[in-house]
Amino acid sequence: MASLGELERAVMDLLWAGHEAATANTLRDLLAQSTRAENGTAGHEGKDLAVTTVLTVLSRLERKGLVERERGTRPHRYQAVSSREDHTAELMHEVLGSAPDREAVLARFIGSVTDTEAETLRKLLGLS
Amino acid sequence: MFWTSWFLAVLAIVLAWPVPILLSRAQWPARSPFTAMLLWQAIALAGGLSMIGAMLVYGLEPAGDNLLAGLRALAGMVFNNAPTTALGFWHIFALSAAALLTAHLVFTLLLTYYKIQRQRRRHRELLALLASPSADGPRTMVINVDSPVAYCLPGGARSVTVLSDGLMAALEPAELRAVLNHENAHLDQRHHLLLWAFAAWRQALPWLPTTRLAQEAVSSLIEMLADDVALKTESKATLIKAIAIVASGSSGAPGARMAFGEPELSDVEPGQPGATGGAGSARTTASRVSRLLSPQPPLPEPLRAAVLAACLLLLAVPTALLIVPGLLG
Repeated sequence: MASLGELERAVMDLLWAGHEAATANTLRDLLAQSTRAENGTAGHEGKDLAVTTVLTVLSRLERKGLVERERGTRPHRYQAVSSREDHTAELMHEVLGSAPDREAVLARFIGSVTDTEAETLRKLLGLS
Repeated sequence: MFWTSWFLAVLAIVLAWPVPILLSRAQWPARSPFTAMLLWQAIALAGGLSMIGAMLVYGLEPAGDNLLAGLRALAGMVFNNAPTTALGFWHIFALSAAALLTAHLVFTLLLTYYKIQRQRRRHRELLALLASPSADGPRTMVINVDSPVAYCLPGGARSVTVLSDGLMAALEPAELRAVLNHENAHLDQRHHLLLWAFAAWRQALPWLPTTRLAQEAVSSLIEMLADDVALKTESKATLIKAIAIVASGSSGAPGARMAFGEPELSDVEPGQPGATGGAGSARTTASRVSRLLSPQPPLPEPLRAAVLAACLLLLAVPTALLIVPGLLG
């Protein structure tokens, strides 16, 4: 649990797995638990993680539009904006999609191929 | 001055219309993609230069004997309130058009850059959460997707090549290496800079045939260049098989399209004909494969030298016409 990037990933994994809103405290405890589970022993690294760090991570994720805060409750409860699957679909939509400037954003190994063309290719190679 | 502006205008028109159409129909670019790439760049640069230059030279004709003298006189009018009576309506019109076109091109270039960077940053942020590092190296990530997908996301030191689980499962190790080498070639040869420039050029002047043809040609040429790099380490058969598996998987795999809602061709935004990965890139794949199946020898050395000389002339002639009279006079 060194970098903020790794923490962001861990927090998102917890929120995606949990399906419901969680407070920073809950998330801190869950992170500590998973660290202990990884280390096998009742290590103390988990305890080093401060709630403020978790809050920093959450506000970074909030700025990126990945988590949202439930308003009106104290302490704030956080939840993922969309599921892991939805975000993967968003990425793939960008990759496979037909936005005019997509080609400038990323380079695909193979562009979209029509069904007939894919058929021709399969025949060509005897893959069928 | 008068003849200069007409010559530049004719050059601009020739480079905007007949030349790109002929070049886009030619067969030789597939034989020497690098040379063809240079020619497209020279056409785009010379086209823009002569378009702006023609209007500038025409507009400044009454103000001075050559471009530099004319610009000096114009600066006097703009900044020191010198009398502008020398310039007629059409001269001022041409000067304004030249200034607007220049500003439009620069602005579109910057705006496109900003948009591309923003989309890439968002994409990278999501990848950091969704994809896991691969065993193939630090620049490669694997994403949990069933259809075979491979792409690279440029970004300087943070450039990354992304492979899907489906791709890793479908390809043999050698085929996977071919795909990786292909994608890394895009990154190493900075192809994204070319795509950026030509995407911006098209965005700025979408009604000009040359911008669409040039962008399509450049997208297809960089694929051929990357294929050539992949062929240095992997066999032709391996690369063709990799292309075929990825192509047939991304189109025919049951559920692949449903799962990710890949837009059908009918979803293409109206008013953006051919702006998509649709028809254009299907042609690209076809020409890539036929180029691999029945390889043609590269252009002979003298012809390649002639094309390079044409590139240099294209850039040198408008520049010389604009600047040299001023230096001599």
